[in-house]
Amino acid sequence: MLSIKNLRAGIPGNEILKGINLEVKAGEVHAIMGPNGSGKSTLSSVLAGKENYQVTEGEIWFSPPSPRGEGSGMRRKNLLEMSPEERAREGVFLAFQYPVEIPGVSNINFLKTAINEIRLHRKQPPMETKDFLKLIKEKQALVELQGTLANRSVNEGFSGGEKKRNEIFQMAVLEPTLCILDETDSGLDIDALRIVANGVNKLRSKDRAFVVITHYQRLLDHIIPDFVHVLSNGKIIKSGGKELALELEAKGYDWIKEKDQT
Amino acid sequence: MNAVIDTSATVPARLEGEFKTLLAKTFSSEPEWLKEKRKAAFDSFCKASLPTRKNEEYKYTDVKKVFSGEFTSVYNEAHKLSLDFEKLFVEKNSVKLIFVNGWLHKDSTLSAKLPKGVIVGNLATDGLLIHSGFLKKYLRNDGDTLSRLNAALWTDGAFIYIPENVQLETPIEILHISTGKKEILASFRHLIVAGKNSSVSVIENNISVDLHSHVIVNFHTDIFSGEDSKIQFYRLQNDCKMVSQITSINVLQEKNSRFDTNTITLGRAWARNNLNIALNGENCESHLNGLFITNGNDHVDNHTFIRHNKPNCRSNQLYKGILDGRSTGIFNGKIFVERDAQKTNAYQSSKNILLSDAAAINTKPQLEIYADDVKCSHGSTTGQLNEEAMFYLRSRGLSEDSARNLLLFAFAGDVIEKIQNEPLKIYLEELISQRLRK
Repeated sequence: MLSIKNLRAGIPGNEILKGINLEVKAGEVHAIMGPNGSGKSTLSSVLAGKENYQVTEGEIWFSPPSPRGEGSGMRRKNLLEMSPEERAREGVFLAFQYPVEIPGVSNINFLKTAINEIRLHRKQPPMETKDFLKLIKEKQALVELQGTLANRSVNEGFSGGEKKRNEIFQMAVLEPTLCILDETDSGLDIDALRIVANGVNKLRSKDRAFVVITHYQRLLDHIIPDFVHVLSNGKIIKSGGKELALELEAKGYDWIKEKDQT
Repeated sequence: MNAVIDTSATVPARLEGEFKTLLAKTFSSEPEWLKEKRKAAFDSFCKASLPTRKNEEYKYTDVKKVFSGEFTSVYNEAHKLSLDFEKLFVEKNSVKLIFVNGWLHKDSTLSAKLPKGVIVGNLATDGLLIHSGFLKKYLRNDGDTLSRLNAALWTDGAFIYIPENVQLETPIEILHISTGKKEILASFRHLIVAGKNSSVSVIENNISVDLHSHVIVNFHTDIFSGEDSKIQFYRLQNDCKMVSQITSINVLQEKNSRFDTNTITLGRAWARNNLNIALNGENCESHLNGLFITNGNDHVDNHTFIRHNKPNCRSNQLYKGILDGRSTGIFNGKIFVERDAQKTNAYQSSKNILLSDAAAINTKPQLEIYADDVKCSHGSTTGQLNEEAMFYLRSRGLSEDSARNLLLFAFAGDVIEKIQNEPLKIYLEELISQRLRK
């Protein structure tokens, strides 16, 4: 579904990603772990299409499963040539580490606009209001988000936990095929972490893939990954199964960095 | 009856002949006191002439340029208008007055069932023919030089009187249309008097229709807000292509009164709006809000001046601008607090978004405070669209345009929120989202 080849990117004068290679198949959950400053958030921003970052080398291919079962190869897209909205409409979703507060724009109004622009892109008619409201109600329950939050301005005055739940709620509503979670566990207490992880787990399916970016192992107790990758200084220096996360937790990042250098 | 126009002469010299013609013809049947008043106003205008850009108050607004064409103020033609009037009014049941180029076109005041004593009509007939004594008491020659020019040349406008203890539930809607082929100076004037413990809501909409020449509308409004009265005055300047509007509103507030005004300017506009508020009694409240969305060569200059003359009054100002193209915006807000006006609360805020490099905004807050126990503040911000918010919205599938429109609509929403008339709010929200989609 996602194929990253020798990706080099950064801001002018500062290369942050120094040759990333990653293959993600439909149905898989990949965790990307790494110390602060290793390039985790840059990777998620580049995948979502943030324009502040410059890609200097490499490729990112995105092949969402075809809705008509025509095989994924037919719909291979060059992600780097697409705007953020085109990526979203094709099924890429980034759950932000720091969701932006947007005063005056209601969550509901924003989501309705998003859904209908995505549907327009897929040549589907706009969603009927009653179907939309039903969908909202159903997905709110998934992350135990109160009804009143959906009517408030986007993230305005939300607690840290509410913001993260709102991200997963939006993800549930928009039903993307590739979900990127950028440090979704940061700033969450144990209860909120459990709720968010439950929401994510309910969205797991054979047609959907997850890239979970995290500093700590604790999120991975709840969202069990198929693969764990260690990102350090802009490169994936080690890949393994879910047990790698536990090893990192026990030994710290230095262990692996030293190993890498030898 | 056109006067010969000499464009090389100064504006007062050029208008002198026209003024004489108007006195001899259009204004000939008016009472002597009014003709004297007009003459005094004209003399006073001639002495001061038009403000130049050397005048600090007109630093960014070139009035002379507006008056540089071959306009005439002697005109009164019937115009056939094919217009969907329903779309231009907010409420079905409001009392309606339609003016064309400063003259009454038609009104619905006779069919409106108004409470006893309420007067809603036009100055030239309802005012002068029936309530001349009343007008003599309330018509004034004060204000800046352009207001004095209006006092000399005004042709017509709304005349509204709400007697004591009457709460007029029905809003009054005034539509002013600029139209025609002739380059004119239209002088338009309203008088609004609210008696003790009364209330009234006025919505004024300005548009240009089928206009083939530049029109100057020089507009003056006097508002007298009696004790415990509540007045709302909403001004909309929408789609005023080829019109230069100079507007002044002078408000005198007596104790415990509340005045709310919103000036909404939605593009294709050249406008200079002056708001002069005098808080002449204790416990007055005044809320001045403005929104302008400009593009192309639009020019919108909002000047406010609030005089806190008595203690315990509150004033609040919120002006927001969204500027694109090569347009320019100005917000100049002056708060003056007299020595006696203790416990004054005066706030002022101006916020602007520049959408293009060529657009410009000038903001100038002025505080002049002579009392020692007051709370006054002002703030001004100018910036671009929030890039983080743009990316967030686009990452959810919204196009750049939709994301931009949602953010701008939210920015404008603060001003619309202040409007207390629900149907007007909905009407404006629709207009603004249309405007932003352009």
